[in-house]
Amino acid sequence: MKKKNLAEGNNEVTGLWANVFKRLKKSKTSMFGLLIVIILLFTAVFAPLMAPHDPIVGQLALRHNEPSMEYIMGTDSQGRDVFSRILYGARISVEIGIISVGIALILGTAMGVVSGYYGGKVDTIVMRFVDIMLAFPTILLALAIVTILGPSLTNAMIAVGIVNIPRFARIVRSSVLSVKENEYIEAAISIGCTDFEIITRHILPNCLAPILVQSTLTIGTAILEAAGLSFLGLGAQPPISEWGSMLADARGYMRQAPWSVMYPGVAIMITVLGFNLLGDGLRDALDPRLKE
Amino acid sequence: MSVLLEVKDLKKYFPIKKGSFFSKHIDYVKAVEDVSFILNKGETLGIVGESGCGKSTTGRCILKLIEPTDGEVKFEGRNLSVLSKNEMRSVRKDMQFIFQDPYASLNPRLTVGETIMEPMKNFNIGDKESRQKRVEELLDVVGLSPYHATRYPHEFSGGQRQRVGIARALSANPKLVVCDEPVSALDVSIQAQTINLLKDLQQKYDLTMIFIAHDLSVVKHISDRVAVMYLGSIVEISDYKDLYAQPLHPYTQALLSSIPKPNPKAIKDRIILEGDIPSPTNPPSGCKFHTRCRYVTEICKTTKPELRKINDGHEVACHHVTD
Repeated sequence: MKKKNLAEGNNEVTGLWANVFKRLKKSKTSMFGLLIVIILLFTAVFAPLMAPHDPIVGQLALRHNEPSMEYIMGTDSQGRDVFSRILYGARISVEIGIISVGIALILGTAMGVVSGYYGGKVDTIVMRFVDIMLAFPTILLALAIVTILGPSLTNAMIAVGIVNIPRFARIVRSSVLSVKENEYIEAAISIGCTDFEIITRHILPNCLAPILVQSTLTIGTAILEAAGLSFLGLGAQPPISEWGSMLADARGYMRQAPWSVMYPGVAIMITVLGFNLLGDGLRDALDPRLKE
Repeated sequence: MSVLLEVKDLKKYFPIKKGSFFSKHIDYVKAVEDVSFILNKGETLGIVGESGCGKSTTGRCILKLIEPTDGEVKFEGRNLSVLSKNEMRSVRKDMQFIFQDPYASLNPRLTVGETIMEPMKNFNIGDKESRQKRVEELLDVVGLSPYHATRYPHEFSGGQRQRVGIARALSANPKLVVCDEPVSALDVSIQAQTINLLKDLQQKYDLTMIFIAHDLSVVKHISDRVAVMYLGSIVEISDYKDLYAQPLHPYTQALLSSIPKPNPKAIKDRIILEGDIPSPTNPPSGCKFHTRCRYVTEICKTTKPELRKINDGHEVACHHVTD
């Protein structure tokens, strides 16, 4: 009897997240988004096994070949297989998404928590700084940062990460402010928690929902921004097969080889769409007002 | 009997601010003003009063959950108001708080077991095994089952959650427990259970309690002494028997007459208080109660009555009470 109860208890422990997933499943568009994200991740991991040709070395004799059975998305100006390059590009996009959002998430959350938890003058200073960052157009700010650091894929990721800090700082701050007012925070003080324990054990876990949604949505925009930087020649350097730089390379031959421009563009669009749909779905699924 | 807690001239003023960076203090809400009392070991002090009279603020100031503006709180002879944040943390082991709202006072992301274990972890009591054992013991003591430890708060009812809150407060073996309206968010049937539980626990663990409530009949059941607060100050403090048998302050009389009586044929002599409770930002001069008092005279409007000893253990702040 007791054992059974214990098992039941464990079953319900996972209930919180299982419930969210159940609600997520109800929405077809967010499941579509999830599917795209899963395909992207799968492609990123297994690109070397899936790619039919070398993405870096091409045969100049085969340049600007139309899509065929051998080259299903055609070849580019260097005679490289566009399809293989797109598969490898998924790797870089995932890398960009995770690293730049990671940078934005860690720094932004730290800033948001500090200003939300301590309030007062600290809050005013941090948030005015964030306002200043928000006043710059993102791509312009990213451009400035990459120009300072020098053009490379790593620096593009850092730049995109920094540009996205304000979003996280603001969202985390506002949820910290609302969570902080709960009585269980006061309870945590009275049972002798340090500020650090209160933040990590009691505040942050309860701010998880908006942070998760924001991260998913930001991965989409981060990929887009990084592709933009690469397109301008400030991100991935040739011959790395990054979608943005593929677009830039093929731009000059749009008339002769439209496929070499079209497919990387479509890849970017579908990926960003996938993350956005998933993010929107998560936001709805995590909304506490929808709890049955 | 030894004194466990001594509160002297406790004040809490909340500033009303305007602007964020170059803020200006416009005015103050005087939530608690010159509250003094002594609490002996093993005693239960009930604090009653209307909502907004500063009962909860008093409780929170004693535990320094909010910083008092002025005054002294002495716990076992140690003045808490001069302690730093770190020093205060070690004192907190001996003084715990039970919250009003069982839905807001438990972290939804922690299991009940983790919640109850947390004070022991923070105050370095026992090892992992003994803590686990104590969690089960505490769950049993408050009337829950050991298997509840792995569950999350949202799977419990209000009454059960309040029991978890009580278990958390007891987990570090405190000497003083401040209960801030622990039953006002619960159903009447659950209220009685919870109060009886608190009463049993007090005897079992030899606790000293401050029991804050706005319901006199609830307080009567559990308290040794009762303090009546009005607009941030104590107007009467006395043995519970004395207070209920012979209320001296007009405000206490009015409060007592408002307790519903089970006998419908009993003669109703309710004292109806006129008007609203005045704003604590701008309290009335002299006796704060004079705007609503039946016996008001000139002296009440000008001179503030001090808390006077009438007989052993009965103090009242009114000009019209004679020895």
